[in-house]
Amino acid sequence: MLRERESPQAKRYARLVEQEKPRVDVGGNVLKAFVVGGTICLIGEVIKTYLMSFGLSGEVAGVWTSIALVFLSALLTGLGIYDEIARFGGAGSAIPITGFSNSVVAPAMEFRSEGAILGLAARMFVIAGPVIVYGLVSATVFGLIRSVLF
Amino acid sequence: MNYLLAFLFGGLVCAAGQVVLDKSKLTQADLMVILVVVGSLLSALGLYKPLVDTFGAGASVPVSNFGHVLTQGVMEGYAKDGFFGVFAGGVTKAAAVLGAAILFGFTAGLLFRPKG
Amino acid sequence: MNKTFTLKNVYVEETASVVGPTEGAGPLGDLYDVVIPDEIYGESSWEKAERKMLIESIGLCMNKAGYEPADFDMILAGDLSGQLISANFAARDLPIPFAGIYGACSTFTLTVGMGALLIEGGFMDRVIAGASSHHETAEKTFRFPTELGVQRKATATWTMSGAAAVILGRSGPVRVSEVTFGRVVDYGIKDANNLGAAMAPAAFDTLERHLKNLGKRPEDYDLIATGDLGSVGQIMLKHLMGDSSMGSGNLTDCGLLVYDTRQDTHAGASGCGASACVFSSHFFPLLKKGHIRRLLLLATGALFGLTTAQQKESIPSTSHAICFERVEES
Repeated sequence: MLRERESPQAKRYARLVEQEKPRVDVGGNVLKAFVVGGTICLIGEVIKTYLMSFGLSGEVAGVWTSIALVFLSALLTGLGIYDEIARFGGAGSAIPITGFSNSVVAPAMEFRSEGAILGLAARMFVIAGPVIVYGLVSATVFGLIRSVLF
Repeated sequence: MNYLLAFLFGGLVCAAGQVVLDKSKLTQADLMVILVVVGSLLSALGLYKPLVDTFGAGASVPVSNFGHVLTQGVMEGYAKDGFFGVFAGGVTKAAAVLGAAILFGFTAGLLFRPKG
Repeated sequence: MNKTFTLKNVYVEETASVVGPTEGAGPLGDLYDVVIPDEIYGESSWEKAERKMLIESIGLCMNKAGYEPADFDMILAGDLSGQLISANFAARDLPIPFAGIYGACSTFTLTVGMGALLIEGGFMDRVIAGASSHHETAEKTFRFPTELGVQRKATATWTMSGAAAVILGRSGPVRVSEVTFGRVVDYGIKDANNLGAAMAPAAFDTLERHLKNLGKRPEDYDLIATGDLGSVGQIMLKHLMGDSSMGSGNLTDCGLLVYDTRQDTHAGASGCGASACVFSSHFFPLLKKGHIRRLLLLATGALFGLTTAQQKESIPSTSHAICFERVEES
Protein backbone atom coordinates (compact mmCIF):
# COMPACT_ATOMS: atom_id res chain seq x y z
CA MET A 1 0.00 0.00 0.00
CA LEU A 2 1.30 3.39 -0.92
CA ARG A 3 0.39 5.70 1.91
CA GLU A 4 2.41 8.75 0.91
CA ARG A 5 -0.44 11.14 1.47
CA GLU A 6 -0.04 11.06 5.24
CA SER A 7 3.74 10.77 5.41
CA PRO A 8 6.17 13.47 6.59
CA GLN A 9 7.53 13.47 3.05
CA ALA A 10 4.09 14.42 1.74
CA LYS A 11 3.81 17.24 4.28
CA ARG A 12 7.20 18.60 3.17
CA TYR A 13 6.02 18.36 -0.42
CA ALA A 14 2.83 20.29 0.32
CA ARG A 15 4.85 23.10 1.92
CA LEU A 16 7.14 23.21 -1.11
CA VAL A 17 4.12 23.44 -3.43
CA GLU A 18 2.90 26.49 -1.52
CA GLN A 19 6.32 28.12 -1.89
CA GLU A 20 6.51 27.42 -5.61
CA LYS A 21 3.06 28.74 -6.46
CA PRO A 22 3.38 31.62 -8.91
CA ARG A 23 2.90 34.96 -7.21
CA VAL A 24 -0.47 36.46 -8.08
CA ASP A 25 -0.40 40.14 -8.99
CA VAL A 26 -2.95 40.98 -6.29
CA GLY A 27 -2.41 44.73 -6.63
CA GLY A 28 -3.10 44.66 -10.35
CA ASN A 29 -6.10 42.36 -9.96
CA VAL A 30 -7.57 44.58 -7.23
CA LEU A 31 -7.13 47.70 -9.34
CA LYS A 32 -8.83 46.02 -12.30
CA ALA A 33 -11.69 44.80 -10.08
CA PHE A 34 -12.05 48.32 -8.67
CA VAL A 35 -12.29 49.92 -12.13
CA VAL A 36 -14.64 47.30 -13.64
CA GLY A 37 -16.88 47.09 -10.54
CA GLY A 38 -16.93 50.86 -10.11
CA THR A 39 -17.81 51.35 -13.77
CA ILE A 40 -20.75 48.94 -13.60
CA CYS A 41 -22.05 50.78 -10.52
CA LEU A 42 -21.52 54.09 -12.33
CA ILE A 43 -23.59 52.82 -15.27
CA GLY A 44 -26.26 51.83 -12.73
CA GLU A 45 -26.22 55.33 -11.24
CA VAL A 46 -26.54 56.88 -14.72
CA ILE A 47 -29.56 54.70 -15.54
CA LYS A 48 -31.15 55.42 -12.16
CA THR A 49 -30.65 59.18 -12.48
CA TYR A 50 -32.09 59.13 -16.00
CA LEU A 51 -35.19 57.20 -14.83
CA MET A 52 -35.67 59.52 -11.88
CA SER A 53 -35.67 62.48 -14.27
CA PHE A 54 -39.03 61.13 -15.48
CA GLY A 55 -40.38 61.48 -11.94
CA LEU A 56 -39.89 57.89 -10.77
CA SER A 57 -39.23 57.50 -7.05
CA GLY A 58 -35.76 56.42 -5.97
CA GLU A 59 -36.99 52.96 -4.99
CA VAL A 60 -38.86 52.25 -8.22
CA ALA A 61 -36.02 53.66 -10.32
CA GLY A 62 -33.64 51.41 -8.38
CA VAL A 63 -35.64 48.30 -9.24
CA TRP A 64 -35.84 49.31 -12.91
CA THR A 65 -32.07 49.89 -12.85
CA SER A 66 -31.51 46.36 -11.57
CA ILE A 67 -33.76 44.97 -14.29
CA ALA A 68 -31.91 46.98 -16.94
CA LEU A 69 -28.53 45.73 -15.68
CA VAL A 70 -29.79 42.13 -15.58
CA PHE A 71 -30.91 42.59 -19.21
CA LEU A 72 -27.61 44.13 -20.34
CA SER A 73 -25.63 41.37 -18.68
CA ALA A 74 -27.85 38.68 -20.23
CA LEU A 75 -27.24 40.22 -23.64
CA LEU A 76 -23.47 40.50 -23.16
CA THR A 77 -23.35 36.92 -21.85
CA GLY A 78 -25.34 35.72 -24.85
CA LEU A 79 -22.96 37.48 -27.22
CA GLY A 80 -19.97 35.87 -25.47
CA ILE A 81 -18.61 39.17 -24.16
CA TYR A 82 -19.28 39.01 -20.41
CA ASP A 83 -16.83 36.17 -19.71
CA GLU A 84 -14.12 38.19 -21.45
CA ILE A 85 -14.88 41.20 -19.23
CA ALA A 86 -14.71 38.86 -16.22
CA ARG A 87 -11.32 37.49 -17.21
CA PHE A 88 -10.08 41.05 -16.79
CA GLY A 89 -12.37 42.30 -14.04
CA GLY A 90 -12.57 39.28 -11.71
CA ALA A 91 -14.60 40.18 -8.64
CA GLY A 92 -15.40 43.51 -10.31
CA SER A 93 -17.71 41.76 -12.74
CA ALA A 94 -18.88 39.00 -10.36
CA ILE A 95 -20.13 41.10 -7.45
CA PRO A 96 -22.49 43.54 -9.23
CA ILE A 97 -25.99 42.31 -10.08
CA THR A 98 -24.68 41.81 -13.63
CA GLY A 99 -22.56 38.95 -12.27
CA PHE A 100 -25.69 37.39 -10.75
CA SER A 101 -27.42 37.65 -14.12
CA ASN A 102 -24.38 36.15 -15.87
CA SER A 103 -24.47 33.22 -13.46
CA VAL A 104 -28.11 32.54 -14.47
CA VAL A 105 -27.68 33.00 -18.22
CA ALA A 106 -24.39 31.10 -18.67
CA PRO A 107 -25.64 27.68 -17.47
CA ALA A 108 -28.97 28.22 -19.27
CA MET A 109 -27.04 28.59 -22.53
CA GLU A 110 -24.54 25.86 -21.76
CA PHE A 111 -27.02 23.14 -20.86
CA ARG A 112 -29.52 23.96 -23.62
CA SER A 113 -27.90 21.02 -25.46
CA GLU A 114 -29.31 18.69 -22.76
CA GLY A 115 -32.86 19.83 -23.42
CA ALA A 116 -35.13 22.79 -22.63
CA ILE A 117 -36.44 21.33 -19.38
CA LEU A 118 -33.77 19.25 -17.62
CA GLY A 119 -30.97 21.15 -19.35
CA LEU A 120 -31.67 24.84 -19.73
CA ALA A 121 -34.31 25.29 -17.02
CA ALA A 122 -33.02 22.85 -14.40
CA ARG A 123 -29.43 24.07 -14.51
CA MET A 124 -30.24 27.77 -14.63
CA PHE A 125 -29.77 28.28 -10.90
CA VAL A 126 -26.79 26.02 -10.40
CA ILE A 127 -24.71 29.01 -9.24
CA ALA A 128 -27.34 31.66 -8.50
CA GLY A 129 -29.42 29.19 -6.46
CA PRO A 130 -27.12 29.25 -3.41
CA VAL A 131 -27.16 33.06 -3.48
CA ILE A 132 -30.96 33.08 -3.35
CA VAL A 133 -31.13 30.34 -0.70
CA TYR A 134 -28.62 31.93 1.65
CA GLY A 135 -30.03 35.38 0.92
CA LEU A 136 -33.53 34.32 1.93
CA VAL A 137 -32.42 32.26 4.92
CA SER A 138 -30.23 35.04 6.34
CA ALA A 139 -32.90 37.66 5.54
CA THR A 140 -35.45 35.63 7.48
CA VAL A 141 -33.15 34.99 10.44
CA PHE A 142 -31.70 38.49 10.72
CA GLY A 143 -34.96 40.22 9.74
CA LEU A 144 -37.00 38.24 12.24
CA ILE A 145 -34.55 38.76 15.11
CA ARG A 146 -34.52 42.47 14.40
CA SER A 147 -38.33 42.67 14.06
CA VAL A 148 -39.22 40.56 17.08
CA LEU A 149 -36.52 41.54 19.56
CA PHE A 150 -36.03 45.25 18.91
CA MET B 1 -20.87 63.93 -7.31
CA ASN B 2 -23.41 61.07 -7.10
CA TYR B 3 -21.66 59.42 -10.03
CA LEU B 4 -18.26 59.66 -8.37
CA LEU B 5 -19.58 58.27 -5.06
CA ALA B 6 -21.28 55.36 -6.85
CA PHE B 7 -18.09 54.56 -8.77
CA LEU B 8 -15.84 54.78 -5.71
CA PHE B 9 -17.98 52.76 -3.30
CA GLY B 10 -18.96 50.10 -5.85
CA GLY B 11 -15.32 49.84 -6.88
CA LEU B 12 -14.21 49.48 -3.26
CA VAL B 13 -16.63 46.61 -2.58
CA CYS B 14 -15.36 44.82 -5.68
CA ALA B 15 -11.73 45.50 -4.82
CA ALA B 16 -12.28 44.02 -1.35
CA GLY B 17 -13.90 41.00 -2.97
CA GLN B 18 -10.89 40.57 -5.25
CA VAL B 19 -8.54 40.56 -2.27
CA VAL B 20 -10.63 37.74 -0.78
CA LEU B 21 -10.52 35.75 -4.04
CA ASP B 22 -6.76 36.14 -4.47
CA LYS B 23 -5.78 35.65 -0.84
CA SER B 24 -8.08 32.83 0.23
CA LYS B 25 -9.33 29.52 -1.12
CA LEU B 26 -12.87 30.89 -1.47
CA THR B 27 -14.49 30.63 -4.90
CA GLN B 28 -16.51 33.26 -6.67
CA ALA B 29 -19.74 31.47 -5.68
CA ASP B 30 -18.62 31.49 -2.02
CA LEU B 31 -17.91 35.21 -2.30
CA MET B 32 -21.35 36.00 -3.72
CA VAL B 33 -23.05 34.03 -0.93
CA ILE B 34 -20.96 35.77 1.73
CA LEU B 35 -21.80 39.20 0.32
CA VAL B 36 -25.52 38.45 0.30
CA VAL B 37 -25.37 37.31 3.93
CA VAL B 38 -23.32 40.38 4.91
CA GLY B 39 -25.79 42.62 3.07
CA SER B 40 -28.64 40.98 4.95
CA LEU B 41 -26.93 41.40 8.32
CA LEU B 42 -26.12 45.08 7.70
CA SER B 43 -29.69 45.61 6.57
CA ALA B 44 -31.14 44.11 9.75
CA LEU B 45 -28.81 46.32 11.78
CA GLY B 46 -30.16 49.32 9.89
CA LEU B 47 -26.78 50.05 8.31
CA TYR B 48 -27.42 49.20 4.66
CA LYS B 49 -30.04 51.82 3.87
CA PRO B 50 -27.69 54.70 4.80
CA LEU B 51 -25.14 53.22 2.40
CA VAL B 52 -27.69 53.23 -0.43
CA ASP B 53 -28.76 56.76 0.48
CA THR B 54 -25.15 57.97 0.37
CA PHE B 55 -23.59 55.96 -2.42
CA GLY B 56 -26.62 55.24 -4.61
CA ALA B 57 -25.94 52.56 -7.18
CA GLY B 58 -22.52 52.02 -5.58
CA ALA B 59 -24.37 50.19 -2.80
CA SER B 60 -27.48 49.03 -4.66
CA VAL B 61 -25.77 47.34 -7.63
CA PRO B 62 -23.44 44.92 -5.73
CA VAL B 63 -25.11 41.59 -4.94
CA SER B 64 -25.07 42.45 -1.20
CA ASN B 65 -28.05 44.66 -2.04
CA PHE B 66 -29.99 41.48 -2.79
CA GLY B 67 -29.59 40.47 0.85
CA HIS B 68 -30.66 43.97 1.88
CA VAL B 69 -33.82 43.86 -0.27
CA LEU B 70 -34.79 40.40 1.01
CA THR B 71 -34.26 41.47 4.62
CA GLN B 72 -36.26 44.67 4.21
CA GLY B 73 -39.00 42.54 2.66
CA VAL B 74 -39.05 40.18 5.64
CA MET B 75 -39.13 43.06 8.13
CA GLU B 76 -41.81 45.01 6.28
CA GLY B 77 -43.82 41.80 5.83
CA TYR B 78 -43.65 41.06 9.57
CA ALA B 79 -44.73 44.60 10.44
CA LYS B 80 -47.69 44.38 8.07
CA ASP B 81 -48.86 40.74 8.18
CA GLY B 82 -47.04 39.16 11.09
CA PHE B 83 -45.54 35.71 10.48
CA PHE B 84 -47.27 35.34 7.14
CA GLY B 85 -45.29 38.40 6.04
CA VAL B 86 -42.04 36.75 7.14
CA PHE B 87 -42.62 34.00 4.59
CA ALA B 88 -44.00 36.19 1.80
CA GLY B 89 -42.19 39.48 2.34
CA GLY B 90 -38.64 38.66 1.25
CA VAL B 91 -39.44 37.15 -2.12
CA THR B 92 -42.16 39.75 -2.76
CA LYS B 93 -39.69 42.57 -2.46
CA ALA B 94 -37.08 40.83 -4.64
CA ALA B 95 -39.63 39.49 -7.13
CA ALA B 96 -38.88 41.94 -9.96
CA VAL B 97 -35.18 41.12 -10.12
CA LEU B 98 -35.77 37.37 -9.81
CA GLY B 99 -38.41 37.56 -12.51
CA ALA B 100 -36.08 39.49 -14.79
CA ALA B 101 -33.24 37.01 -14.21
CA ILE B 102 -35.46 34.00 -14.99
CA LEU B 103 -37.10 35.55 -18.06
CA PHE B 104 -33.92 36.97 -19.57
CA GLY B 105 -32.00 33.83 -18.67
CA PHE B 106 -34.59 31.64 -20.36
CA THR B 107 -34.69 33.84 -23.46
CA ALA B 108 -30.91 34.02 -23.74
CA GLY B 109 -30.68 30.26 -23.27
CA LEU B 110 -33.02 29.77 -26.21
CA LEU B 111 -31.51 32.43 -28.47
CA PHE B 112 -27.76 32.15 -27.95
CA ARG B 113 -25.22 29.37 -28.28
CA PRO B 114 -22.14 29.44 -26.04
CA LYS B 115 -18.99 30.43 -27.90
CA GLY B 116 -16.46 29.04 -25.44
CA MET C 1 10.40 -3.26 -8.19
CA ASN C 2 7.48 -3.47 -10.59
CA LYS C 3 8.51 -4.34 -14.11
CA THR C 4 9.62 -2.23 -17.03
CA PHE C 5 8.96 -3.95 -20.34
CA THR C 6 11.58 -3.87 -23.05
CA LEU C 7 10.22 -4.42 -26.54
CA LYS C 8 11.84 -5.44 -29.81
CA ASN C 9 9.07 -5.63 -32.39
CA VAL C 10 6.76 -2.65 -32.05
CA TYR C 11 6.93 0.48 -34.17
CA VAL C 12 4.99 3.69 -34.66
CA GLU C 13 3.97 3.68 -38.30
CA GLU C 14 2.07 6.92 -38.61
CA THR C 15 0.48 9.70 -36.53
CA ALA C 16 -2.20 12.36 -37.02
CA SER C 17 -3.57 15.20 -34.91
CA VAL C 18 -6.55 17.56 -34.97
CA VAL C 19 -6.53 20.59 -32.67
CA GLY C 20 -8.63 23.62 -31.77
CA PRO C 21 -8.08 27.23 -32.86
CA THR C 22 -6.28 28.32 -29.67
CA GLU C 23 -3.80 25.47 -30.08
CA GLY C 24 -3.47 26.30 -33.78
CA ALA C 25 -2.43 29.83 -32.82
CA GLY C 26 0.28 28.46 -30.50
CA PRO C 27 3.97 27.86 -31.22
CA LEU C 28 3.35 24.39 -32.73
CA GLY C 29 0.39 25.64 -34.80
CA ASP C 30 1.88 24.81 -38.21
CA LEU C 31 2.76 21.24 -37.25
CA TYR C 32 -0.71 19.82 -36.52
CA ASP C 33 -2.48 18.05 -39.38
CA VAL C 34 -5.77 19.91 -38.91
CA VAL C 35 -6.61 23.10 -37.01
CA ILE C 36 -10.39 23.40 -36.69
CA PRO C 37 -11.85 26.89 -37.30
CA ASP C 38 -13.85 27.12 -34.05
CA GLU C 39 -14.43 24.99 -30.96
CA ILE C 40 -17.92 23.83 -31.95
CA TYR C 41 -16.67 22.55 -35.36
CA GLY C 42 -20.09 22.69 -37.03
CA GLU C 43 -21.71 20.43 -34.42
CA SER C 44 -24.53 21.11 -31.95
CA SER C 45 -22.54 20.43 -28.76
CA TRP C 46 -18.98 20.49 -27.44
CA GLU C 47 -19.13 16.74 -26.89
CA LYS C 48 -20.01 16.08 -30.53
CA ALA C 49 -17.22 18.41 -31.64
CA GLU C 50 -14.68 16.47 -29.56
CA ARG C 51 -15.92 13.17 -30.95
CA LYS C 52 -15.65 14.53 -34.50
CA MET C 53 -12.05 15.56 -33.84
CA LEU C 54 -11.17 12.09 -32.56
CA ILE C 55 -12.84 10.35 -35.53
CA GLU C 56 -11.07 12.70 -37.90
CA SER C 57 -7.65 12.11 -36.35
CA ILE C 58 -8.11 8.32 -36.57
CA GLY C 59 -9.38 8.51 -40.16
CA LEU C 60 -6.57 10.84 -41.18
CA CYS C 61 -3.98 8.57 -39.62
CA MET C 62 -5.35 5.58 -41.55
CA ASN C 63 -5.40 7.56 -44.81
CA LYS C 64 -1.85 8.83 -44.37
CA ALA C 65 -0.63 5.27 -43.88
CA GLY C 66 -2.89 3.89 -46.63
CA TYR C 67 -4.84 1.43 -44.49
CA GLU C 68 -8.45 0.28 -44.29
CA PRO C 69 -10.30 -0.45 -41.02
CA ALA C 70 -9.93 -4.18 -41.78
CA ASP C 71 -6.14 -3.82 -41.46
CA PHE C 72 -6.40 -3.21 -37.71
CA ASP C 73 -6.85 -5.66 -34.87
CA MET C 74 -7.96 -3.09 -32.31
CA ILE C 75 -8.47 0.54 -31.39
CA LEU C 76 -7.48 1.60 -27.88
CA ALA C 77 -8.64 5.10 -27.09
CA GLY C 78 -9.84 7.30 -24.27
CA ASP C 79 -10.82 10.80 -23.24
CA LEU C 80 -11.82 12.75 -20.13
CA SER C 81 -15.61 12.70 -20.32
CA GLY C 82 -17.82 10.49 -18.15
CA GLN C 83 -18.21 6.96 -19.53
CA LEU C 84 -15.58 7.83 -22.18
CA ILE C 85 -18.28 9.20 -24.47
CA SER C 86 -15.88 10.67 -27.02
CA ALA C 87 -13.93 7.45 -27.57
CA ASN C 88 -16.94 5.15 -27.29
CA PHE C 89 -19.04 7.14 -29.74
CA ALA C 90 -16.11 7.60 -32.11
CA ALA C 91 -15.69 3.80 -32.16
CA ARG C 92 -19.35 3.45 -33.16
CA ASP C 93 -18.36 4.83 -36.57
CA LEU C 94 -15.34 2.55 -37.00
CA PRO C 95 -15.70 -1.18 -37.79
CA ILE C 96 -12.72 -2.18 -35.67
CA PRO C 97 -12.73 -3.95 -32.26
CA PHE C 98 -12.43 -1.30 -29.58
CA ALA C 99 -11.53 -0.89 -25.94
CA GLY C 100 -12.04 2.41 -24.17
CA ILE C 101 -9.22 3.13 -21.76
CA TYR C 102 -9.29 5.74 -19.02
CA GLY C 103 -6.10 7.17 -17.60
CA ALA C 104 -7.23 10.79 -17.35
CA CYS C 105 -4.54 12.89 -19.01
CA SER C 106 -2.14 9.92 -19.00
CA THR C 107 -4.43 8.06 -21.43
CA PHE C 108 -2.16 8.47 -24.45
CA THR C 109 0.87 6.61 -23.11
CA LEU C 110 -1.45 4.09 -21.43
CA THR C 111 -3.10 3.20 -24.76
CA VAL C 112 0.25 3.16 -26.60
CA GLY C 113 1.80 1.00 -23.88
CA MET C 114 -1.03 -1.52 -23.86
CA GLY C 115 -1.21 -1.63 -27.65
CA ALA C 116 2.55 -2.12 -27.85
CA LEU C 117 2.44 -5.09 -25.44
CA LEU C 118 -0.39 -6.71 -27.41
CA ILE C 119 1.79 -6.54 -30.52
CA GLU C 120 5.03 -7.54 -28.78
CA GLY C 121 3.23 -10.50 -27.26
CA GLY C 122 2.39 -11.69 -30.74
CA PHE C 123 -1.37 -11.41 -30.37
CA MET C 124 -1.93 -8.47 -32.67
CA ASP C 125 -0.27 -7.00 -35.73
CA ARG C 126 -1.58 -3.48 -36.00
CA VAL C 127 -3.31 -1.31 -33.41
CA ILE C 128 -4.54 2.28 -33.30
CA ALA C 129 -3.95 4.18 -30.07
CA GLY C 130 -5.70 7.49 -29.59
CA ALA C 131 -6.79 10.12 -27.10
CA SER C 132 -8.80 13.31 -27.11
CA SER C 133 -9.74 16.26 -24.94
CA HIS C 134 -11.73 19.42 -25.59
CA HIS C 135 -11.51 22.66 -23.66
CA GLU C 136 -15.23 23.48 -23.56
CA THR C 137 -16.31 19.88 -22.94
CA ALA C 138 -13.99 19.79 -19.93
CA GLU C 139 -15.01 23.22 -18.63
CA LYS C 140 -18.69 22.30 -18.83
CA THR C 141 -18.17 18.91 -17.16
CA PHE C 142 -15.63 19.73 -14.48
CA ARG C 143 -15.65 23.48 -13.89
CA PHE C 144 -18.18 26.07 -14.96
CA PRO C 145 -20.39 26.86 -17.95
CA THR C 146 -18.15 28.33 -20.63
CA GLU C 147 -19.85 31.74 -20.69
CA LEU C 148 -19.64 32.18 -16.92
CA GLY C 149 -17.35 35.04 -15.98
CA VAL C 150 -14.59 33.59 -13.82
CA GLN C 151 -10.95 34.45 -13.39
CA ARG C 152 -8.63 31.44 -13.61
CA LYS C 153 -6.06 30.70 -10.95
CA ALA C 154 -2.41 31.18 -11.91
CA THR C 155 -1.64 27.51 -11.18
CA ALA C 156 -4.55 26.23 -13.29
CA THR C 157 -3.84 24.53 -16.59
CA TRP C 158 -5.91 24.95 -19.73
CA THR C 159 -7.53 21.74 -21.00
CA MET C 160 -6.52 21.69 -24.63
CA SER C 161 -8.78 20.90 -27.54
CA GLY C 162 -7.00 18.20 -29.42
CA ALA C 163 -7.29 14.64 -30.64
CA ALA C 164 -4.51 12.44 -31.95
CA ALA C 165 -4.10 8.89 -33.16
CA VAL C 166 -1.03 6.77 -33.79
CA ILE C 167 -0.71 3.48 -35.65
CA LEU C 168 1.39 0.83 -33.93
CA GLY C 169 2.62 -2.05 -36.08
CA ARG C 170 5.53 -4.36 -36.81
CA SER C 171 7.60 -1.89 -38.86
CA GLY C 172 8.00 1.86 -39.03
CA PRO C 173 10.37 4.79 -38.57
CA VAL C 174 10.12 4.96 -34.77
CA ARG C 175 10.36 2.03 -32.38
CA VAL C 176 8.52 1.63 -29.07
CA SER C 177 11.33 0.19 -26.96
CA GLU C 178 10.48 0.54 -23.25
CA VAL C 179 7.20 0.66 -21.33
CA THR C 180 6.71 1.32 -17.62
CA PHE C 181 3.14 1.55 -16.35
CA GLY C 182 2.42 3.90 -13.50
CA ARG C 183 1.44 3.17 -9.94
CA VAL C 184 -1.18 5.44 -8.40
CA VAL C 185 0.54 8.00 -6.21
CA ASP C 186 -1.06 10.51 -3.85
CA TYR C 187 0.93 13.13 -1.93
CA GLY C 188 -2.18 14.64 -0.39
CA ILE C 189 -2.60 17.60 -2.75
CA LYS C 190 -6.26 18.63 -2.85
CA ASP C 191 -6.17 21.73 -5.03
CA ALA C 192 -7.95 20.96 -8.31
CA ASN C 193 -6.55 24.24 -9.62
CA ASN C 194 -3.03 22.89 -9.21
CA LEU C 195 -3.05 19.47 -10.84
CA GLY C 196 0.58 19.80 -11.90
CA ALA C 197 1.65 19.70 -8.26
CA ALA C 198 -0.60 16.70 -7.61
CA MET C 199 0.80 14.78 -10.60
CA ALA C 200 4.52 15.55 -10.27
CA PRO C 201 5.11 12.80 -7.64
CA ALA C 202 3.48 10.26 -9.98
CA ALA C 203 5.74 11.30 -12.85
CA PHE C 204 8.72 11.03 -10.52
CA ASP C 205 7.69 7.60 -9.23
CA THR C 206 7.40 6.18 -12.74
CA LEU C 207 10.56 7.89 -13.97
CA GLU C 208 12.56 6.62 -10.99
CA ARG C 209 11.34 3.04 -11.43
CA HIS C 210 11.91 3.17 -15.18
CA LEU C 211 15.51 4.31 -14.80
CA LYS C 212 16.30 1.93 -11.93
CA ASN C 213 14.80 -1.08 -13.71
CA LEU C 214 16.91 -0.39 -16.79
CA GLY C 215 20.02 0.86 -15.00
CA LYS C 216 19.81 4.14 -16.89
CA ARG C 217 20.23 7.81 -16.12
CA PRO C 218 18.15 10.74 -17.38
CA GLU C 219 21.04 11.73 -19.66
CA ASP C 220 20.57 8.48 -21.59
CA TYR C 221 17.54 10.07 -23.24
CA ASP C 222 17.81 12.99 -25.63
CA LEU C 223 14.58 14.30 -24.21
CA ILE C 224 12.34 13.42 -21.27
CA ALA C 225 8.88 14.87 -21.86
CA THR C 226 6.17 14.84 -19.22
CA GLY C 227 2.55 15.13 -20.33
CA ASP C 228 0.81 18.07 -18.74
CA LEU C 229 2.54 18.99 -15.50
CA GLY C 230 2.57 22.63 -16.57
CA SER C 231 4.89 25.24 -15.12
CA VAL C 232 4.24 24.53 -11.43
CA GLY C 233 4.28 20.75 -11.82
CA GLN C 234 7.54 20.85 -13.73
CA ILE C 235 9.21 22.85 -10.97
CA MET C 236 7.96 20.28 -8.44
CA LEU C 237 9.27 17.38 -10.54
CA LYS C 238 12.68 19.06 -10.71
CA HIS C 239 12.64 19.37 -6.89
CA LEU C 240 11.86 15.67 -6.53
CA MET C 241 14.55 14.71 -9.04
CA GLY C 242 17.05 17.00 -7.33
CA ASP C 243 16.32 15.47 -3.91
CA SER C 244 16.97 11.98 -5.25
CA SER C 245 20.29 12.96 -6.87
CA MET C 246 19.23 11.38 -10.13
CA GLY C 247 20.19 14.45 -12.15
CA SER C 248 17.75 16.33 -14.32
CA GLY C 249 18.51 15.36 -17.90
CA ASN C 250 16.87 17.26 -20.73
CA LEU C 251 13.40 17.80 -19.32
CA THR C 252 10.41 19.29 -21.10
CA ASP C 253 6.63 19.20 -20.75
CA CYS C 254 4.13 18.78 -23.59
CA GLY C 255 1.72 21.18 -21.89
CA LEU C 256 4.33 23.92 -21.85
CA LEU C 257 4.98 23.59 -25.59
CA VAL C 258 1.39 24.11 -26.76
CA TYR C 259 0.76 27.78 -25.97
CA ASP C 260 2.89 30.85 -25.66
CA THR C 261 2.67 33.07 -22.63
CA ARG C 262 0.64 35.85 -24.23
CA GLN C 263 -2.26 33.39 -24.78
CA ASP C 264 -3.43 33.76 -21.17
CA THR C 265 -3.55 30.03 -20.64
CA HIS C 266 -1.72 30.24 -17.29
CA ALA C 267 0.22 27.12 -16.30
CA GLY C 268 0.06 25.48 -19.75
CA ALA C 269 -1.99 22.93 -21.65
CA SER C 270 -3.52 19.84 -20.07
CA GLY C 271 -5.84 17.05 -21.12
CA CYS C 272 -5.42 13.74 -22.94
CA GLY C 273 -4.83 15.70 -26.12
CA ALA C 274 -1.68 17.44 -24.86
CA SER C 275 0.78 14.53 -24.87
CA ALA C 276 -1.03 12.85 -27.78
CA CYS C 277 -0.94 15.87 -30.11
CA VAL C 278 2.53 17.06 -29.13
CA PHE C 279 3.93 13.56 -29.68
CA SER C 280 2.10 13.09 -32.98
CA SER C 281 2.94 16.42 -34.54
CA HIS C 282 6.16 17.51 -32.87
CA PHE C 283 8.16 14.63 -31.35
CA PHE C 284 7.34 12.00 -33.99
CA PRO C 285 8.69 14.16 -36.86
CA LEU C 286 11.74 15.05 -34.75
CA LEU C 287 12.43 11.34 -34.18
CA LYS C 288 11.85 10.52 -37.84
CA LYS C 289 14.29 13.18 -38.98
CA GLY C 290 16.83 12.16 -36.37
CA HIS C 291 16.84 15.49 -34.49
CA ILE C 292 16.25 13.40 -31.38
CA ARG C 293 17.02 9.69 -31.15
CA ARG C 294 15.58 8.60 -27.83
CA LEU C 295 12.50 10.19 -26.26
CA LEU C 296 11.01 9.19 -22.92
CA LEU C 297 7.38 10.30 -22.83
CA LEU C 298 5.66 10.34 -19.42
CA ALA C 299 2.03 11.33 -19.85
CA THR C 300 0.59 12.27 -16.46
CA GLY C 301 -2.96 11.89 -15.23
CA ALA C 302 -4.93 13.10 -12.21
CA LEU C 303 -7.31 10.25 -11.38
CA PHE C 304 -9.98 12.17 -9.50
CA GLY C 305 -13.57 13.13 -10.14
CA LEU C 306 -15.83 16.06 -9.41
CA THR C 307 -17.49 14.14 -6.59
CA THR C 308 -14.24 13.29 -4.79
CA ALA C 309 -13.09 16.89 -5.18
CA GLN C 310 -16.34 18.15 -3.63
CA GLN C 311 -15.91 15.61 -0.83
CA LYS C 312 -12.50 17.20 -0.17
CA GLU C 313 -10.45 14.12 -1.00
CA SER C 314 -6.87 14.41 -2.19
CA ILE C 315 -5.97 13.81 -5.82
CA PRO C 316 -4.43 10.44 -6.77
CA SER C 317 -2.28 10.56 -9.88
CA THR C 318 -0.43 8.30 -12.25
CA SER C 319 2.04 8.42 -15.10
CA HIS C 320 2.98 5.90 -17.77
CA ALA C 321 6.39 6.01 -19.44
CA ILE C 322 7.16 5.02 -23.02
CA CYS C 323 10.54 5.22 -24.72
CA PHE C 324 10.39 5.99 -28.44
CA GLU C 325 13.57 5.39 -30.47
CA ARG C 326 14.51 6.43 -33.95
CA VAL C 327 15.13 3.47 -36.20
CA GLU C 328 18.56 3.99 -37.74
CA GLU C 329 18.78 3.12 -41.42
CA SER C 330 21.37 0.44 -41.97
